[in-house]
Amino acid sequence: MTTTPQTPTAQLSTPHPASHDPAAGARRSRARAGGSPGATNPARQVLVTGILVVVALYFLVPVYWVIVAASKSSSDLFATPGFLFSGQVQLWQNIQQVFTAGDGIFGRWLLNSVLYAGVGALIATYLAAAGGYALAKYAFRGRDTIFGVILGGVLVPGTATALPLFLLFSSLGLANTYWAVLLPSLVSPFGLFLCQVYARTTIDDGLLEAARLDGAGELRIFHTVGLRILTPALVTVFLFQLVGIWNNYFLPLVMLSDEKLYPVTLGLQNWNSQVSRLPEFYELTTAGVLVSIIPLAIAMIILQRFWRGGLTEGSIK
Amino acid sequence: MSVNGTAAPRIVRTRTRTLPRLGRPTSRAPWLLLGPFLALFVLTFALPIIMAVVSSFQRVERAGLFGEAGESTVFAGFSNYAQALEDSNFITSIGRMLLFGIVQVPVMIALCTLLALLLESASARWPGLFRAAYFLPYGIPGVIATILWSFLYTPGLSPLLDAAQVVGVEINPLGSELVLWSIANIVTWTYTGYNMLIVIAQLKSIPGELYEAARLDGAGPVRIARSIQLPLIRPALMLTTVFSIIGTLQLFAEPQVLANSSTAIDSGYTPNLAAYTNAFAYNNYGVAAAQAVLIAVIAFTLSFTFLRLSNRGSR
Repeated sequence: MTTTPQTPTAQLSTPHPASHDPAAGARRSRARAGGSPGATNPARQVLVTGILVVVALYFLVPVYWVIVAASKSSSDLFATPGFLFSGQVQLWQNIQQVFTAGDGIFGRWLLNSVLYAGVGALIATYLAAAGGYALAKYAFRGRDTIFGVILGGVLVPGTATALPLFLLFSSLGLANTYWAVLLPSLVSPFGLFLCQVYARTTIDDGLLEAARLDGAGELRIFHTVGLRILTPALVTVFLFQLVGIWNNYFLPLVMLSDEKLYPVTLGLQNWNSQVSRLPEFYELTTAGVLVSIIPLAIAMIILQRFWRGGLTEGSIK
Repeated sequence: MSVNGTAAPRIVRTRTRTLPRLGRPTSRAPWLLLGPFLALFVLTFALPIIMAVVSSFQRVERAGLFGEAGESTVFAGFSNYAQALEDSNFITSIGRMLLFGIVQVPVMIALCTLLALLLESASARWPGLFRAAYFLPYGIPGVIATILWSFLYTPGLSPLLDAAQVVGVEINPLGSELVLWSIANIVTWTYTGYNMLIVIAQLKSIPGELYEAARLDGAGPVRIARSIQLPLIRPALMLTTVFSIIGTLQLFAEPQVLANSSTAIDSGYTPNLAAYTNAFAYNNYGVAAAQAVLIAVIAFTLSFTFLRLSNRGSR
């Protein structure tokens, strides 16, 4: 650790006399980047790391189990110890089976999920950025009202709108189409809220004024100056929306009846609902779960460090 | 010119919001930028909510014995609400969610706060690795997580239950007594890491000088956590709590999927499940709409009550 001379004990210690020495004032004024509390102490380090390992087991063991389970035949699944690979590892066969069952419908579900989540999150991020920027950087009539109404949208339970949305889309002939899932995914009130806060606090008005003096149009200014400065917030909004759409279940369940349009969540639940009647679906479902976890799990591990910009700014006080 | 585009989140509280002198060149620009979002917002948020409220006051009447003479929609007053509130199953399901929330939300928030504090303390080794491990379940959709856990709850299939049996504990996570807490476990497993990241983001925004000063005054890590970190991450804790309360009331996927393997979960186990069943299984749309409105109102009320109470507590 950088500066502290005294080694804090494991218990809450009484104020250390040494801390009142004259040098303390000088040290105090020295700013530390990325400060973290508590200096290292071997005993405490073992204790803390031990706790972290135990908790990690809780989060990881189910994932480990599904890898093991996905490598077994349906009979081995019940006959052999759950945490041990059986003598006959057939992970590859099971995965092949997942992709060939029902004329390769699983691959289609995966692609549908990629389409819904990828396209949806990309457009949603752009729309939230444009809207948030407009609400932050222009004064116009009705601005505060509009912002207030959209903020209310953050608190509306997603499932409360799904049922009426189904009726609305039915009457428009949109139910049971790709649009039924895609259109509602393009709107992220929370994303707009984050972008508004971020734009307000980071985009300098002088910069926009300078661009205007250079003769740039308003839309051009947004696309060149605004979007670039907003990038950290945009990454957060994009990830939020990506995971939100990928994980969504209620909306597609309500909207879609055609199996070909299902995202992977709905498709797997469809298989899962058949295991009690047809045990071979255990094989399909466990291997399908494993395959469907992989893309987003990799994305999470790589992207979680970016999952920061603007997340808590302007949060509820 | 300082353009800190890549700056880490800064908590900048601009209390005095100066309206920019902009918007002068064109008054069309903000509407062009905001228009697409607004149009979709109206289509997918505002209209459905209005429709839900309207149809919660309507009833479909079918003429003729089997409705063969056509249907007509008539004003029903509060009869749908009365029907929803007189249904003891619906009231029970709301009570069940309140019990769920009172236990699960504090446990999850406490756990995610503890993990965030430990990961941000200097005593933690490999914090990046642990952070990724805890966050991983958030990338697993609730439905998939529930399918996974439902296998781990199935006797004969689950190594966890086998292990419990070896030490003489006979539990049935899918039985009527435990199934609610089995759902709570799935929700906690999925969302703790996500909430932890929100808390960590705010912990990182605490200036290093504060820690320095506290340490020079002889404060240990526990004292620093209690006197500096916890008060300063309050906004993040409130945000995650409110989202968790809203999430609890609209619980749907987990119980619906778990109903495959547990007979203890019926079609009205949670308020949302009841509304879904009414709308799609019984075609009783008016009552379903009334239930959806009630769920939203309760979520709003609880969120605001919580915010009010915790704001008062801090003053």
